[in-house]
Formats: sequence, C-alpha cells, structure tokens
Amino acid sequence: MLMIKVTNLRKSFKDLVVLKGIDLEVKDGEVLSIIGPSGSGKSTLIRCLNFLERPDSAIIEIGNVKADAQRCTSREIRKLRLQTAMVFQNYNLFRNKTALQNVTEALIVVKKMPKKQAEELGMELLRQVGLEDKRDNYPATLSGGQQQRVSIARALALRPHAILFDEPTSSLDPELVTEVLQVIKKIAEMRTTMIIVTHEMEFARDVSDKVIFMADGQIVEQGPSKEFFSHPQHERTKQFLRNYHAGSRAL
Amino acid sequence: MNFDPAYILEILPRIIQYIPITLLMAVAAMVLAIAVGLVLAFMRNSQNKFLSSGAAVYISFFRAIPMLVQLFLIYYGLPQIFPVFTKMDAVTAAIIGFGFKQAAFLAEIFRAAFNSVDKGQMEACLTVGMTKVQAYRRIILPQAARNALPGTGNIFISLIKETSLAFTLGVVEIFAEAKMQAAESFRFFEAYLAVALIYWVLIVIYSYLQEKLEKYLDRPYRT
Repeated sequence: MLMIKVTNLRKSFKDLVVLKGIDLEVKDGEVLSIIGPSGSGKSTLIRCLNFLERPDSAIIEIGNVKADAQRCTSREIRKLRLQTAMVFQNYNLFRNKTALQNVTEALIVVKKMPKKQAEELGMELLRQVGLEDKRDNYPATLSGGQQQRVSIARALALRPHAILFDEPTSSLDPELVTEVLQVIKKIAEMRTTMIIVTHEMEFARDVSDKVIFMADGQIVEQGPSKEFFSHPQHERTKQFLRNYHAGSRAL
Repeated sequence: MNFDPAYILEILPRIIQYIPITLLMAVAAMVLAIAVGLVLAFMRNSQNKFLSSGAAVYISFFRAIPMLVQLFLIYYGLPQIFPVFTKMDAVTAAIIGFGFKQAAFLAEIFRAAFNSVDKGQMEACLTVGMTKVQAYRRIILPQAARNALPGTGNIFISLIKETSLAFTLGVVEIFAEAKMQAAESFRFFEAYLAVALIYWVLIVIYSYLQEKLEKYLDRPYRT
C-alpha cells in the first residue's frame, strides 16, 4: 500500500530554484533515505511534505489526505500535518516543558486525550527511548542525544502515518550519534514508515529499504538500498560516494 | 537647621492612606497596557501592511508625546469633541492615558520578546498538529514572557511613578496628599521627602517580587 506520494513538487526561494519537479513514493512500512550534497534541496523537500515550506506546486498524498499545494486551505494543511511527525536537526523540543510534557503536549492539546492516559503513554514512550528517569528534566538539562531521543518519543506519541527525520544527527557530538541512530533503527524495525534526510551513509544503507540521491534540486538516482550503495549507476552518485568514503578514510 | 524629622513620621500615615489609589491606577493601567501592547505587537509583526503600519503610527505617536500633554488631551480635550467623555472621572482618564501610552513601549518589548523565541519552536508546534493559536498560548507566549519580563517590569516601575501626574487632573493620590500637607504646614522638604520615601519603598517591594517571578520563570532554562 502506498503511504506517501509526491507528484511534481516545485519550490523556489525568490530567484533560486530549489526543487525542480520531484516525484516520489513511499510504501507503508518502508524506510526511505534521502542523501546528497548540501544545498541539493533535500531538507527543503522533507519540509515541503508538512508544509513548513509551502511548495510552489505539488500534489502531496499522505495516508488518506491529499493536498494540492496551489489551492489547499490552512485546514487541509493542518490535516496533512497530522499524518506525519517530524524530528528536527536541532531537536526543537518545547523549551518550557519537561521531557514528559514534550511527549504528552500534543496528545492533550491536539488529540484531547485525558491527562492521565497521555502520561501513561508518554512514560511508555520515554521507556522505549531509554529516558524514563529523565521525565521531569527540562530540555536545557539534557544532552543533545537525550533531547533528540525525547523528540523521537514526541513524534511517536502521535502515532503518525510516517515520521520525517530532517538530519537527525547532524548537530550531535560524534559520541552521541550512535544512541540516536540505534533508537531510529529500533523504530524502523517496527515497520514504521519513515523518510530520513541524512549524511550518515552506513546508517542509510543499514536502515533503509530505498535510497534517493539528490543534487541541484533533482533526484539523480534512486533504488533499493543495497544495490544503490554497491552499484551506483550515475557518475554524479559515484563521485559523491567516492568523496564520502575518501573523507571517512582520511579520518 | 530648619528640618523636622518628626513631622515626616507624623504625615507618613496620612500619605500612606492614599497608596491604594496610586496602586489602583498603576495596576489598572498596566493591565490595559499589556492588553493593548500585545495586540499592537501582533499587528506590528503581521504580514498585513495595513495592520503593521497602523501599529507603527500608534507607537510612534504615543512614544513621542509627553505624558502630561496626553493626560490633558484625554481629560480636558476629549469631552469637547465627544460629549460622552464629560462623564468620565479623573481616575479613569488617568488610567486610560497611562495605559495607552505605555502600551506603545510594551508593544516594542513584546515584539522583541516574540522574535527572540527560536523559530523552530513554532515549527515543532505545527508539525505535532497544533493550531497557531494553541502554539502561541502554550509554547511561544510562556517563552516570550520570560524574555519580556525585565523590560515589562521597568514599564511598571515607570507607571507607579507616573501616577503622580494624575494630581494635575485632580486625583488625590500619594503625591497630591503630600502636596496638600506641605501647603498647609509649609514643611515642603519633609512632605516631599516623605512621599519620595514611599515611592522608593513601593518600588523596592515590587523589584523584590519581580526577582522572585524571574527566578520562577527561569526554572526550565537553568542547566
């Protein structure tokens, strides 16, 4: 079953054309990684899916909601947003709320769940990401890795049709990357539909079913993860992967 | 030396009786200023050119004219144009005057406070399905409040002091009472010193309370 379908997504910032007509599909339970050089438009792409950036044109279908970017209302946009949850590069935890409140906030405010029930579910999710003992900590007292795990719990709480990860480990200290990747991997194994924008190539190969390589606002190459990494077809992809490996070897 | 400390002690209780009217004006004007200031801050930040330039003109006007001129304009001037205002009493006029003026200053403080909240907070709210109103109420406003508190506190301190101008409209508050006592006893220095001390104490108490509030609002952000 198709979970996400994007048709002809175009987006410009003033004169700069960032996305030049993207089409993509993600099946239910599938994990899609989007890789590519900085400025290739991958973050903009994922942010267009929940209208944090409004596409100039696109038809976006997620779950059972379909939105045409050129004529959808703010009510439709909100409905579309409820289909997904997002994990940000900078975590974006609610800074005035504790870890547990971050997870329960939308359950109580948006889903109108009774507080007690929301807290039980919240604790269950904090346990899943290994942070039940941090329930009353404010984000300022948590490490980057812990904050990102809370934000993953917050995303899971809504039981979205898909979770969008926008470079979830890019602002973490190297030694904190693993704990976050492990949590994401665990969720992926639970057949959660996910789109992950990432620079972690090993992780992308490991966790995803499908990989898209983007450059200059276009999809250059896409394919099943194993094939993509072992036999890239396009010269641009080969060069990108070569540079990446050369970089890791240099370290 | 012609200085009588005992006289200060004698008139202090008489002046203190009028603290409630001083505080009433300051607090009521503050509530009004916060309400109008918030609306102005939102208008100023709005995409709508009409709203944002309307707020800009308001802020520019009320920041420019002296408090006293504005009080006279409202209390003595308005009734001439709109007869309904003849029924307005002096305290109400003073509260409106103080409130509308300080709203202009608060609007700028609030706007800066809102803009200082990380953009990612609103994005996170939207992605979990909150409406903008819910996001402002539960996430953005509480964080902006902490940033706005020191500036807002200064406005309240100005307000407490500015209430002394209400005597020009015939309101008897602590300063007016001190003035009348002085006129009776010719002990000007003692009377004005007494009222000065009262203002000082009021503001010391308020500053203490604000510090407590600041500490409380700061809780989530201490590492």
